[in-house]
Amino acid sequence: MILAEAIEVSRRYGDVTALDRVSLQVTEGELVGLLGPNGAGKSTLANLLTGVRRPDAGRVTLCGGDPRDPSTRRTLGVTPQETGLPATLRVGEVVDFVGAHYPNPVPRAELLDQFGLADLAKRQTGGLSGGQKRRLAIALAFVGRPRIVVLDEPTTGLDVQSRRALWDAIKAYHAAGGTVLLSSHYLEEIEALADRVVVLGHGRVLADDTVAHVRGMVGVRRVSFAHDGEPPALPGVVAIEQREGRTHLLTPDSDALVRALVASTVDFTDLEVAPTSLEEAFLAITDSSAAVALAA
Amino acid sequence: MTTLTLVHARYQLLETIRIPIALIGSAFFPAASMLFFVVPFAGDDPVAATYATASMVTFSIMVSSLFTYGVGVADDRSQPWDGYMRTLAAGAAPRFAGRILAGMAMSLVSLVPVVLIGALFTEATTTALGFLLGIATVFVGALPFTLMGLAIGYALPLKAALVVCQVIFFPLAFGGGLMSAPDQAPGFIQTIAPYLPTRGAVELMWAAVGDYSPHATSLVAFAAWTVAAGAVAVWAYRRDEGRRFR
Repeated sequence: MILAEAIEVSRRYGDVTALDRVSLQVTEGELVGLLGPNGAGKSTLANLLTGVRRPDAGRVTLCGGDPRDPSTRRTLGVTPQETGLPATLRVGEVVDFVGAHYPNPVPRAELLDQFGLADLAKRQTGGLSGGQKRRLAIALAFVGRPRIVVLDEPTTGLDVQSRRALWDAIKAYHAAGGTVLLSSHYLEEIEALADRVVVLGHGRVLADDTVAHVRGMVGVRRVSFAHDGEPPALPGVVAIEQREGRTHLLTPDSDALVRALVASTVDFTDLEVAPTSLEEAFLAITDSSAAVALAA
Repeated sequence: MTTLTLVHARYQLLETIRIPIALIGSAFFPAASMLFFVVPFAGDDPVAATYATASMVTFSIMVSSLFTYGVGVADDRSQPWDGYMRTLAAGAAPRFAGRILAGMAMSLVSLVPVVLIGALFTEATTTALGFLLGIATVFVGALPFTLMGLAIGYALPLKAALVVCQVIFFPLAFGGGLMSAPDQAPGFIQTIAPYLPTRGAVELMWAAVGDYSPHATSLVAFAAWTVAAGAVAVWAYRRDEGRRFR
């Protein structure tokens, strides 16, 4: 059964196109990662699927219904942004409050225990550390025993230890049959959790594939060297940049590129090969036509 | 009324009570006015003290409605928690209704000091029926100020909402003649008062607890203000929905 679906969905904010004819299906029991740099449209897609906003064109469904309809959202769990917890309420009160919206919520003690918050039940959320707030925020997504959870950048800004603990909770939910759509701009997080990855860039789906395949795709390296004159034409280059007398080439296969460079007549000095950030890799594959071939 | 509305009202009250200074804001001015003006100057005259206490009750309703809804809604709109609640299986209605309920409860609580001071330290008096009518009038009298508060809260950012509430509550109170006995206000206030919503509200309150016949002009103006504030509130609410949730 398809639990979340977007069909040819577009969404604009003023002049900015956040999503451009995006289609996505999440079936029951899947753990799908939504990967993309900031501004790619991940949060917009999450907002459409969770009923906060409606698409300008196209259609979204959640468990077969319209996510704008409150009764459809009884099957949904969402994480608030960490800064959004009401500061004066106690941890236990926030859990009870959110749980009151669902027919069969997880008992407060059980949920707090599962997320390592049992000792903090009486604390006001305003006094929690960043990691504790984040854990509470994620716990709230699970209080209503959802069939599907949508987690928008759940671990951004967390320390490694807290991140691992949250990953374990998400894995446990998934292992028990839960469906997860998780957005992130960390490839590492998607690799640790997801089986399938949807890559968004500039509001479009660039790839929808297994984690291994997508990693190969965004595993772009930067080959740079000092060089005068026009940039050389070399195979497998997805982006070229020249600044301060250096030429920067982005490529998914730096070995082949370096071999070709050495074999060519290019008079280069000071050769460097470095990994790129995910951000750079995305820019490279979104901006060049070679990317289309890669993503296809 | 749904269970969820009560849940939302309960947690809004909890949030308010955790920062009690907010409550003191709406209870302080009317209570202080009672102590400084009503008790020494009108306290010994049963009729004057009753009208003056009714005026301070109206003052209190106006201030707490404006601030609870004006500043409260603007504050909520600035919090991501508000957006998160839209993803829960509730929609906007229980939160809205819960806010109104919680606001009414806070209004009633902030009336307690005024009524207590009136009962204990002045000759103010009313019948049991008058008291019950007075409580009913609290809710009627709160209408235009609740809608004004909602209009301000949905139309303006937090800091602007705070300033607007602070700027308008004072002229509304003095201009409506809340600081003077019926028909004893200075001349220019006698002229403008009937056209302000505070006047209609206080005349209804005087009529409820004492022997007073409200003027038609004041009541028509009261109704007109209620409709106008309601229209602005609906416009501001829709505009806000369109910006954040469409």
